[in-house]
This record gives sequence, structure tokens and C-alpha cells, in this order.
Amino acid sequence: MKRFADLFTALDSTTKTNAKVAAMADYFAAAPADDAAWATYFLAGNKLRRLVPSKLLRQWAAAEAGIEDWLFDESYHAVGDLAETLALVVPPGESRQDQSLTHWVQQRLMTLRGREELALQRAMAEIWAETTVEMRLVIMKLITGAFRVGVSKRLVTRAIAQQAGIPTDVVAHRLMGDWKPSAAFFQRLVDPDTLDTQVSQPYPFCLAHPIDIEKGPESVGEANEFVAEWKWDGIRGQVIRRQGQSFIWSRGEELMENRWPEVEAAAEQLPDGTVLDGEILAANADGTVLPFAQLQRRIGRKTVGKKLLREVPVVFHAFDLLEADGQDLRLQPLVERRRRLERLFEQVDHPHLRTTELIRGESWQQWAEVREGSRAQHAEGLMLKRRDSPYDVGRVRGSWWKWKVAPYTIDAVLIYAQKGHGRRASLFTDYTFALWDGDTLVPFAKAYSGLDDKEIRRVDQFVRRNTKDSFGPVRSVTPTLVMELAFEGLQRSTRHKSGIATRFPRIVRWRHDKRPQDANQLSELLQLLPEDA
Amino acid sequence: MIADAAKPATTSPLEDVLSVTDRGLYCAAGDFYVDPQRPVDHAVVTHAHTDHARWGCRRYLAASDSEHLLRMRMNKDAEFQFLPYGETITIRGVRVSFHPAGHMLGSAQVRIEHRGRVAVAMGDYKLDADPTCADWEPVRCHLMITESTFGLPIYRWKPNDVTAGEINDWWRANRDAGRCSVLYGYAVGKSQRLLAMLDPAIGPIFTHGAVEKGVAAYRDTGVGLPPTRYVGAVEGKPDWSGAMVVAVPSAHGTPWMRRFGKVSTAMASGWMAVRGARRRRALDRGFVVSDHVDWPSLIEAVNTCDPETLWVTHGYSAVVARYFQSQGRHAVVIDGRSRSEEEDEASSSSSSDREDSE
Ligand SMILES: [Zn+2]
Ligand SMILES: [Zn+2]
Repeated sequence: MKRFADLFTALDSTTKTNAKVAAMADYFAAAPADDAAWATYFLAGNKLRRLVPSKLLRQWAAAEAGIEDWLFDESYHAVGDLAETLALVVPPGESRQDQSLTHWVQQRLMTLRGREELALQRAMAEIWAETTVEMRLVIMKLITGAFRVGVSKRLVTRAIAQQAGIPTDVVAHRLMGDWKPSAAFFQRLVDPDTLDTQVSQPYPFCLAHPIDIEKGPESVGEANEFVAEWKWDGIRGQVIRRQGQSFIWSRGEELMENRWPEVEAAAEQLPDGTVLDGEILAANADGTVLPFAQLQRRIGRKTVGKKLLREVPVVFHAFDLLEADGQDLRLQPLVERRRRLERLFEQVDHPHLRTTELIRGESWQQWAEVREGSRAQHAEGLMLKRRDSPYDVGRVRGSWWKWKVAPYTIDAVLIYAQKGHGRRASLFTDYTFALWDGDTLVPFAKAYSGLDDKEIRRVDQFVRRNTKDSFGPVRSVTPTLVMELAFEGLQRSTRHKSGIATRFPRIVRWRHDKRPQDANQLSELLQLLPEDA
Repeated sequence: MIADAAKPATTSPLEDVLSVTDRGLYCAAGDFYVDPQRPVDHAVVTHAHTDHARWGCRRYLAASDSEHLLRMRMNKDAEFQFLPYGETITIRGVRVSFHPAGHMLGSAQVRIEHRGRVAVAMGDYKLDADPTCADWEPVRCHLMITESTFGLPIYRWKPNDVTAGEINDWWRANRDAGRCSVLYGYAVGKSQRLLAMLDPAIGPIFTHGAVEKGVAAYRDTGVGLPPTRYVGAVEGKPDWSGAMVVAVPSAHGTPWMRRFGKVSTAMASGWMAVRGARRRRALDRGFVVSDHVDWPSLIEAVNTCDPETLWVTHGYSAVVARYFQSQGRHAVVIDGRSRSEEEDEASSSSSSDREDSE
């Protein structure tokens, strides 16, 4: 465990990517395969779920520290991280014997699940007594399921690939989907024989980078180097058909079973050894795409009832072909993959499966005009894809670009503030904004991002000096600051006081030039609502 | 040994011994202030940090060991009087003496006795061993005024030699990787304690200008510190790899740093116990070194001195007062500032005038 705790400390104490990769590579070189598998599991963002209710953890830690609950809460407030508070508040223990990460996870932590409260409390007391602060921090993070240490799955993948001397793509592919951490798994992960494919395994998704709206697409190249498609606002997914079985994967690498029966049925039409990349969209039988709000009715449902299936049918819009006849096509140029995709669809005809339309255009100017009509199509803008590019997993930037339409913006007044978490635990960084409804301010959106560090400190100072009232962690402040907010979409909502829900609200700029009375009216926001949403 | 408070039959009310005013703690019977917040005629100061020894008073009374530091930092037209630890001076019938606070060189608890009532203003203090100053001594009292900079149970210091080992290991690893180590600590007090923790066998030690002044005052007082060289006095283009530079935090990220080439940076402060505070500063390392009491020491100090009344100031005052109330003590917050403001100022801004709380 000490080795893993040291890795955590090393990762936590640097912001440099290369240093992080090197620390992980060192760890993978030294750790036994089963520990390496568990380390991969946690570093890639997986959790051990529901080991001990955090309410009980807090109570027991307070009891161990000889303090009352309020004092634990004060401590938590100062630290801003539950696992760290648990690690610091309880007087340090002594580590007599260093057990492996695997031992800890399998024998000490996973065995906590479902135990009786008394036995659980005793087990926690033992864990605290046997751990130093550094080791305890990591263990508490594993128990609370908040193990984040500033590395992405991609970075872990890079470290493993670097250490094993095999291509990053291969490691990324092997890390896709469901897997159980074990020595055997890790050995397979770093196996130099790279001709493997598991039947359900998806490919890592190619991601698009945003085009700076101010700079426009000229900044990424010539129009004739690209093809254009609608940038749909749906659920990105891969449809896999192999060995007579179908699998639908989300971009979050979740296997979506029974959620999209129409698409599952459609996938049966595909020949074996086919992998499609595309977007699941709510759409009418004639193919017209419905607003995201409709699709949202089906998101989050584990199973879908008949009524909903009828009201919100979905279509899989395929835009790429990653595997055909069991062959990995990802290194082929985009236009070639597209050609083969179209050829495939000549044989497959199913109402819930279609290829996405390529939008004709010869110049940026032409596409700019098309893009203006995005919202009417329920699209977010255009996707621009480089004609000659392979299906890329983030090594080169610039194969796919998303050219979104300008977001909605509105000037709003800051009325509530709350402290952030982690790095910003001591600063007021989470704000609630309001718009005018007559002469009252109605809260309508929360925004966390968009200001730079200096501005955040200024707002923080402002909040401290202008607090009118506080309820729990939330401060209400004198309405003074006006900020321009941007958001991607709007929909009616009965759960919001304002009657409207915003998607991805963020701060564009601080309007020092505006007084609170100059902020927008709620009615002006309502006017932005799309007709049928 | 515990100096006992005599308890004669007639006692003076607490307000005559000490009261809280907007200028600071005031002894009405003796007509002097302890660590006044504004210029006054008669100031008794606990130690040379600027949030305690304010500039501009007419007369200062302090412990002898702080003489060089105070003369270095205070207005030249001021009158000074210095008193060795343990010796008593009588001011208008009020007996005043200094007792080591263990916070930094010359830091003192001020014991004030008037008609059998004893108040002790602790100033800043710590119970941990520190070779650069005299060890804290418990003083029995009726009224104790304690600081609460790190008055939360999350703050628990490791023994000095353990932390010293961590710092030296880091320095050694940097040296072996050809990097220069830059360790930040506050100019007076913290930096000199850090120097005393360093192992000069690892490599040469250099100091930032603000640190060097304090080093001179420490040496003049007779504190043994390893050999150091002032960065500004170094001629030519030396090889800094393997060197240790002790600097003030405000030097971080300034052009001054460029000369050192490849560096690893670290901050030594009690705030470094919490990861968020560490990461906010974009440093390579954070070492938990504090010259204030941690949670267990704070409890130990209060229980040992066993005052009838406890006044809490300087930090997590409300939390600490509430804790001792829950333990059945009479505890009162004497500063109006709320806990979180204090904590945020001191932990997020290096320009804070509460320089010593780093
Ligand atoms: Zn102080
Ligand atoms: Zn101080």
C-alpha cells in the first residue's frame, strides 16, 4: 500500500503531465500485476461503491478524534474534501506491516460492504489505528469513492503503454468496456501480442475539438480539406455487431442494454464484424430530429415502456465505420471509411439506422450560412472532419472539429455564492444568477466557470463584504455584480422557479459596465426558448 | 515547573488586569497595552512579528532575546526596554514578567499580576521543540489568552526531526537530479528555524535578502545556525544545482528566481497540512512546519495552565472557544473577525500582514 500511497503523493504534488506519466510508469514497472490492475482501475476513475455510508464515517471519525459532530463539520468545511478530513481529524495511527494494494482492496475494503454497523465501526477503527496520515488519505479516498488525483484515463493509458512498450491505442482499446481488476487482466493489458479483440469491446472514441467562434474555421485549414455534418445533440455511441451479438456503448464506456431496443433490433441487420460510430437521436419516422428535451425523457431509464417508445422513437445516425468484416478500419482515411459506410448501408435497410447526411459546401462562407440554420434542425452547429484523417484517438489535434453556433447569452445578477471544492475550497466560486421579473430578481442559473483566478478572488472579497444572509454554506449577497452568461440550450422546466432550465451555463465576462438594474428581464430569456421545446 | 499564582484574600477584578479595547489588550492598572494594534505610548510586545509588534509606539517593553530583531524592525525613535525571561518588573503596582512562548527567538508569554489576579497573554506559541528559541513553559493563571491560528483537529504536527528528515530527503533528491532546491518560509522566525533543520552536509545553503537580515539578528543573539550565503552577494554565474535557497514566499514566480535554473520549490507552513492550500500555490512540495500550536498542543497548554477564564483570538477563535465551552471551561472569543475570513486571508494570500501565521 505504501507504494500506491507514494504514487498518489507523487501525482498529487505535480501539475506536469510528463512527471505524472513517469510516476505512473515507475509504479507499473515495480508493482506486482494484481496491484497494477487495481491501480489502473482506480486511476482510470473506477470506484468501489457503497462500502460505508459517509454519514457513519463522519460520526465514527469524530468519535475517534474525541470531538463533537459540529467540530468535524468545521474541519470538513476548512478542508473541503471528506476523505482528507477523515484522514486528518483522527489522530495518526501506526503502520506496522505494509500490505499490498490488492490485499487492502480485497481483504480490508471490499469486505466492508454490507457488514453490520458495529462490526463496520470496529473495522474502521482498526484501519485508522494502522494507517499514517499519507496512507490513510488514499484509503479514505478509496472508501468514499472520491479517488481523483488529476490524471485522466488517457494519461494512465499512456503510462501503461510507455512502460509495456506497446502502442497507446492497443492499451486504450483493451481498457475499454467492462473488466475486472486481476493479475491476469493486467498481464493481458500489457501483452505484446496485440492481435486481440474481445467480442464486446468498443474502440476508444475519436473526440472533436471546438473551433474558436471568434476566429472561425479558417484557423483550422482550407474548406476543401474537410467534410461537414450536423453537430447533433444526442447520445454518442458505438454499435457493435460481432459473432451474432450486438452491443451498444456510450462514450462514457457504459454498455447500454435494453435502453434503445429500436437500435438493438436494427443492429441485428448488420453483418458480423461491424462497428459503427454515431449518435442516438430522438427522431420521427421521416428522419427529422427532435429536440434534445425529447431524448432526455429516455435518458436515464433503464428500461423503456411502450408508450415512451411510441412517443419518442430514436434513430442511430451512423457517421463512421470503425470495423468492417472484422477488420479495423481506423487507419484508413475518413473518405474511404465513409465510402465503405455508404456501401454497407446499401445492404442494410432499417428505419432506426441511417447514415448521417454530409452537407454540401465548397467554402467556409457557404457552410457558415448553413450553420446559421442549426437550431432549426435541433443541431448545435456543424462538425468539420478532415477528409484524409484516420480515426484518431487524441494523438494529433485537428482531425475533427466542432463548429458550434454562438451560444445564447444574457446579462444576469449574482445573488448567491457558495464555496468551491478541492483546490478552491476556501473561495466563493459557485454562483447563482438571477434575472428581473418586474422588480424582483428570480434565480435561474448556477455557474461555476468562466472567471480567471484574479476575478474569482475579487468576487470572493465582494461576497465576504456584502453578505446579507447565510443559509448553510450559501451566502446571499447584495445584488450588485452583473455578469454575461452563455448557455447551450434552453428548455421549459417546472422544477425551476424561473420556469426555464439552461444547459451548460457559464460566465462569459464580468460586465463592470452594467449596473444590476441593467441586467436582462426573465421575459427576454423566455423569448429565446425554441418554439416547440 | 509551573509558576504558581498566589491567591491572597483581596483580589482585583479581571478588568483591572486586562481588558479588550479596539487598540488591543489593555492593562488599566498599569496603563499599558499588550501587542497593541495601533500606535500607543506604552506597548508590551510578545514577539517581533509585525502583527504583534506594531510600528510607531513610543515605548516598547519586550523579552531580552528579541532585542536584535525588534531594533531591526521598529521605528528608530522608539524607546526600548528589555527584560530577561522570568524576571519581574513592576509597573504602577502591576507585576509584569516574560516567559518563553517557543514561537520564535525572543517570543514571550506576558504574565501580568495585579492584586493576586494573574493574566497570561500567550501571543503566538508552540509546544514543539525548536533549537532556535527557548522552549514554551506553562504558567498557571486565572486568565489565559490563547491564539487559535491552527485551532482545528485537522492540524497535528509531526515531530520536528521527522519533518526535518523529509526536507533533507527532498533536498538530497533534488541535488542528485541536478536541481536547485528553493524552500519558502517567512522571513523572520520560520526561515531561521528551517535553516536549523537543514543538514549542511548535503550542499551549500543560500538565503534571500529578507531572510538574511533575520539570520544576522539570530546570530547576533547567539543562536547557532549553519553557514549561509546571501544570494545577492554571490558574484558571477555559479552552479546552483544541489544548492538550497531559503527564500520568502513572495519571491515565488518572480524574475529573481530565474538565476537558479532548474528548481524544485517547496513551502514550509502549517497550512501545508491541507492539500488544497498546497496545490493553490503551484509548488512542487509542501512541508508542514508551523510555529503555532497544533490542536493537541493547544488542548494540552490550556489544560496545563488551567485558567478560570480563557480568551481566544487570532484564528479559529469561535471554534476553539466553543470546544473549550463544551469541555466545561469559561471561554470567550475576543476578536470580532470570523474564523473563515482569517483562515482564508492567511492561507491564500502571501501579502497578508499576518506574516507569522505561515
Ligand atoms: Zn501572530
Ligand atoms: Zn508570530
